[in-house]
Amino acid sequence: MARLVLSAFIGIAPENKLRVIAPDVGGGFGSKIFIYAEETVCVWAAKKVGRPVKWVADRTEEFLSVAHGRDHLTHAEMAIDEGGKILGLRVKTRANMGAYLSTFASSVPTYLYVPLLSGQYDIPAIYGEVEAVYTNTAPVDAYRGAGRPEATFVIERLMEIAARELGMDPAAFRKKNFIKKFPHQTPVIMCYDTGDYNASLTKAMQMHDVKGFAARKRASAKAGKLRGLGYSAYIEACGIAPSAAVGSLGAGVGLWESAEVRVNPIGTVEVLTGSHSHGQGHETTFAQLVSERLGIPIENVSIVHGDTDKVQMGMGTYGSRSGAVGMSAIVKALDKIEAKAKKVASFVLEASEADIEFKDGMFSVKGTDKKIDFGSIALQAYIAHKFTGQQLEPGLKEGAFYDPTNFTFPSGVHICELEIDPDTGVTTIAKWTAVDDFGNIINPMIVEGQVHGGIAQGVGQALLEGAIYDKNGQLLTASYMDYTMPRADDLPSFAVGTTITPCPSNPLGIKGCGEAGAIASPPAVINAITDALGHENIAMPATPQAVWRAAQASLARAAE
Amino acid sequence: MYAFDYHRPASLRQANNLAAKAEEAKILAGGQTLLPTMKQRLASPANLIDLGGISDLVGITLKGKVLHIGAMTTHAAVADSADVQAACPGLAALAGGIGDPHVRHKGTIGGSVANNDPAADYPAGLLALGATIVTNKRKISADDFFTGMFSTALEDGEIITKITVPTGGKFAYAKFRNPASRYAIVGVAVAKKGAVIRVAVTGAGADGVFRWAEAEATLKARFSAKALDGVKTPAAKGLNSDIHASSEYRSHLIGVMAKRAVGTASGK
Repeated sequence: MARLVLSAFIGIAPENKLRVIAPDVGGGFGSKIFIYAEETVCVWAAKKVGRPVKWVADRTEEFLSVAHGRDHLTHAEMAIDEGGKILGLRVKTRANMGAYLSTFASSVPTYLYVPLLSGQYDIPAIYGEVEAVYTNTAPVDAYRGAGRPEATFVIERLMEIAARELGMDPAAFRKKNFIKKFPHQTPVIMCYDTGDYNASLTKAMQMHDVKGFAARKRASAKAGKLRGLGYSAYIEACGIAPSAAVGSLGAGVGLWESAEVRVNPIGTVEVLTGSHSHGQGHETTFAQLVSERLGIPIENVSIVHGDTDKVQMGMGTYGSRSGAVGMSAIVKALDKIEAKAKKVASFVLEASEADIEFKDGMFSVKGTDKKIDFGSIALQAYIAHKFTGQQLEPGLKEGAFYDPTNFTFPSGVHICELEIDPDTGVTTIAKWTAVDDFGNIINPMIVEGQVHGGIAQGVGQALLEGAIYDKNGQLLTASYMDYTMPRADDLPSFAVGTTITPCPSNPLGIKGCGEAGAIASPPAVINAITDALGHENIAMPATPQAVWRAAQASLARAAE
Repeated sequence: MYAFDYHRPASLRQANNLAAKAEEAKILAGGQTLLPTMKQRLASPANLIDLGGISDLVGITLKGKVLHIGAMTTHAAVADSADVQAACPGLAALAGGIGDPHVRHKGTIGGSVANNDPAADYPAGLLALGATIVTNKRKISADDFFTGMFSTALEDGEIITKITVPTGGKFAYAKFRNPASRYAIVGVAVAKKGAVIRVAVTGAGADGVFRWAEAEATLKARFSAKALDGVKTPAAKGLNSDIHASSEYRSHLIGVMAKRAVGTASGK
């Protein structure tokens, strides 16, 4: 996609004259998706001087020029009947776009935001209005979750505040309003396919020992600390597809994914994928998928990505789409490989194609003991001695472009429990439970890692991180001396669980997990802080100074 | 980083000669502030005199009740020293809480006090303990040494050789870290030796480390954290203010950190 943007949209050179290589990127999180002016300038300069041009941004230059994330000012109202049933929601948001538009730009606070405002709840009427504004900051664009964390924050803060005002338990208020029948058409475009929101909440509450919270709060109070508990029941729309749907929303491209499976003559396999891996572990998960499907050892599978001279055009990795869309494209290519290999096997085993079965890496003829392994069939496909070129094309290489039928809708419940030191305003997260429904899971360890990283990023947003400009437009947080990244000692150990409702809109039943943690966690943290403080008046990031001020206000109120 | 000439003298005498004649020279004593500053092109010395090759400047000895700490002794060495841990455990803890392991294994006590960063830990600790800074020319008491933000009583060509620290009383240091840099937003060191109480504050003062007289007087009457309840903390006006902590917040934190330091010093 980078090559397409550089050639077709920016017009720097035709595609066949451009080679884009993205080896180990070292994390993306959104900001690496976009085509930056500096990249275009490098290409232009290299053409001009006829020599390679290298550009490296130092840390401060990166802070100054890279797209930032999540800059919303929102006013939200919720209507609820006397029985605690939500009747309607009205949300007005002003979204900062920065000084000029980045690649995804206004689509993030509009199409990826308002359609998610129904959350996990059955809300009959929703009104969303977004005003995108230019300012003098760096451009604001997609950042892990892109629009969905902003929507989740609005919904989940409102749910908590509403429950408190109604005097209802926040979990019971959520349960009462959960969507229970699927598919569910929300008033804001999205049609949720599957889910079991009650199951995630119930499991999370058990794992977290919510019942023991009152005793833990008393123990904290004895030690002079304020303890709070906050929920976040999130929904996301992932996969970021189908192409026709995003096209109707104004996207300039289609959002399918591509795959090519090359079987070598000795039965080893190269998979060329458009889903670039920058830390997500595609090399492992994708190879697992291919190894299991073809019945060959995982070390015989190589995953190739990130080089336009090697890989066919792809749409890339973002929006938790590599599993649901990227791997589904590989499945489609593998379907074709199997079909072709069966044809080869029918010639080698001298049987009708319809009688060839493929299981555990072996082709066999139904009702006989005749069989041959996958590697031998690969060799036969390439030496082509058992069939003529008129009967069958030699070789074993297939490609696929996969366009799903819907977004996917991962969901889940996170519970954050924390302690505030009112003397200093320091917030310490004491306990964290996450129960997510990602549909089917290929590699549980990689998925858990994605959840951990996502929570860390969301905690960073809630407590630590923020781009601060002074009155003259000078960025004050232009180095790690002032920009607070979350570190290991800012976080507790996470208790992570899953529930599973397979996704019906792709062949693997995968929903996606890359952004869930970052979407779920900020409101869980702020709901816990406001629970501890006893009032709602705190904004992100809830730094020690901000929490100290808020805690002083609580203490003053208590003293009155 | 701009180009410079690098010198690594093997003796203090060589270092003195170099410091006396080299133009636009800077002493390198661990480099945990100087090198990042040079990389950002905020400093561009023509000559860098690295004291890392002078073994006489490294080491810790306890003579009677006085600790002698060589200027090029790293923070990690102070933190790990059995002598410091026995004679002044609060100073070992202070050194063990500076920066991160990398900084503690490269940064030195001499480098830290010579730089006198307004958010550094050692200035508060050494001022409270009534330490003496020994140079190639003279001895300077901590009270006279730290003269303001990033400024000291050191003259051109003057090189710190060691720090002497009287021990034998109670001492503790408590700091509130900047969440990003982990430098002290406020650090308070409290020392009690007989009837003498010294309370020194780092991180907060617009002119760097300072002593908090009201707390000293209060603690002299009764050395307990509770005694500080209700004592007016230094006025916000004149304290540092930045995106992480306003001067009001810093003023408040001075009180909180002082109480915590007194608690630790009293073994509570």
